[in-house]
Amino acid sequence: MTTTDLAQSPAIPRDGDGPVFREPWEAAAFAMAVRLHERGLFTWKEWAATLSEEIAAAQDRGDPDHGDTYYRHWLAALERLVAAKGAVGPAEMTARRDAWDRAVRATPHGQPILLANDPRSCAHRP
Amino acid sequence: MGAHHDHDHDHEERWSEVELRVKALESLLTEKGLVDPAALEVLIQTYETKVGPRNGAQVVARAWSDPAYKARLLEDATAAIAELGFTGRQGEDMVVVENTEAVHNLVVCTLCSCYPWPVLGLPPAWYKAAPYRARAVREPRAVLAEFGVAVPEEREVRVWDSTAELRYLVLPQRPPGTEGLDEGALAELVTRDSMIGVGEPLPPAGAAA
Repeated sequence: MTTTDLAQSPAIPRDGDGPVFREPWEAAAFAMAVRLHERGLFTWKEWAATLSEEIAAAQDRGDPDHGDTYYRHWLAALERLVAAKGAVGPAEMTARRDAWDRAVRATPHGQPILLANDPRSCAHRP
Repeated sequence: MGAHHDHDHDHEERWSEVELRVKALESLLTEKGLVDPAALEVLIQTYETKVGPRNGAQVVARAWSDPAYKARLLEDATAAIAELGFTGRQGEDMVVVENTEAVHNLVVCTLCSCYPWPVLGLPPAWYKAAPYRARAVREPRAVLAEFGVAVPEEREVRVWDSTAELRYLVLPQRPPGTEGLDEGALAELVTRDSMIGVGEPLPPAGAAA
C-alpha cells in the first residue's frame, strides 16, 4: 500500500454506544423485517442477499454509504422482498403511501394522524 | 372538508418520503395479518434496552475464568453461548475466534452488516459503513491503527467475513493483572469493540494505563 492509497482512504465514522435507531421509522423497518423472517416469509440468507444488493446499488448511484443511509437500504430491501414474495405489491404500496400523504396533510395540527383522515378514504363517503 | 378551509394552513405537518413508505408498508402488513404493531413494539424495546454487548462480555468473562467453558466455546460457540441463555436471531451459527500472542482477529461483514445480535446487540454505525466494510479486508492494520490498536508486526492479523450463515465473535486476551478478579469484575473490562477485534479489553482498575 502506498501513502497515496492511505490518504485517499475514507475515514471510518466512529461512535460510542449511541442510540441504536436514530429515528422511529428505522426501528419500525428493522422490526418488520425480523417479524416477517420469523413468520417464514423469507430466509435470512435471502434477506442478507437482498440487503447486500441494495447497498451495492446505492453505492453505484454515488451513496458514500457512511452508515447513516443504512436503514434506507434496509427499507428498500424489505419492499423488494415483500413484493417478490407476493405479500405486498409495488402498486399497492404506492397507493397506500399516497393515502397516508393525503391523510397527513388533511389532519389538523395536534390531532392523531389516521388513515381515515385521507379525504379520499371510504370513511369520508356517505 | 370544505368547512375547514377558512382557517389558516398552519398545520404543516409533513412526513418524509421514507416515513410515508414505512407507514404504508406497516399498515398493509398489519391488515394482511403479517405483522402486529404491538409485537413490533416489544421487539424494538428488546433491542433498545435488553440485548447488547453486555451479553457478549459475560461470555468472554466466563471463558477467561473457566477453561472447560472456553474449550466448549471454541468447539461449538452456538451451544456454549446458549448455556448462558443467549440465543435467538442472528446468533444461530456462531464461531468464536481467539486472540493469542500469535494471532489478532478482526470481524467484518463486507457485503452488508451480518453481526451476532444476541451477544453484541445491533451493530454500531461504523460497522455498517462502506469504509470499514471495504478497508477491514484491504488494509486491516491501518484500520486497527485508527481504532488505536497497535498489533505487533510479527502477530498475524486474521480478518473474518461474516455472512448470513456464520457470525463471528472475538475472544480477546485476558488483560494482565486480573488474576484475582471474579467473572462479574472481568465482564466489566470487556468492551464491544474488543469482541469485534477493533479494541482491547480495558485494563483493571488501578493498573497503569
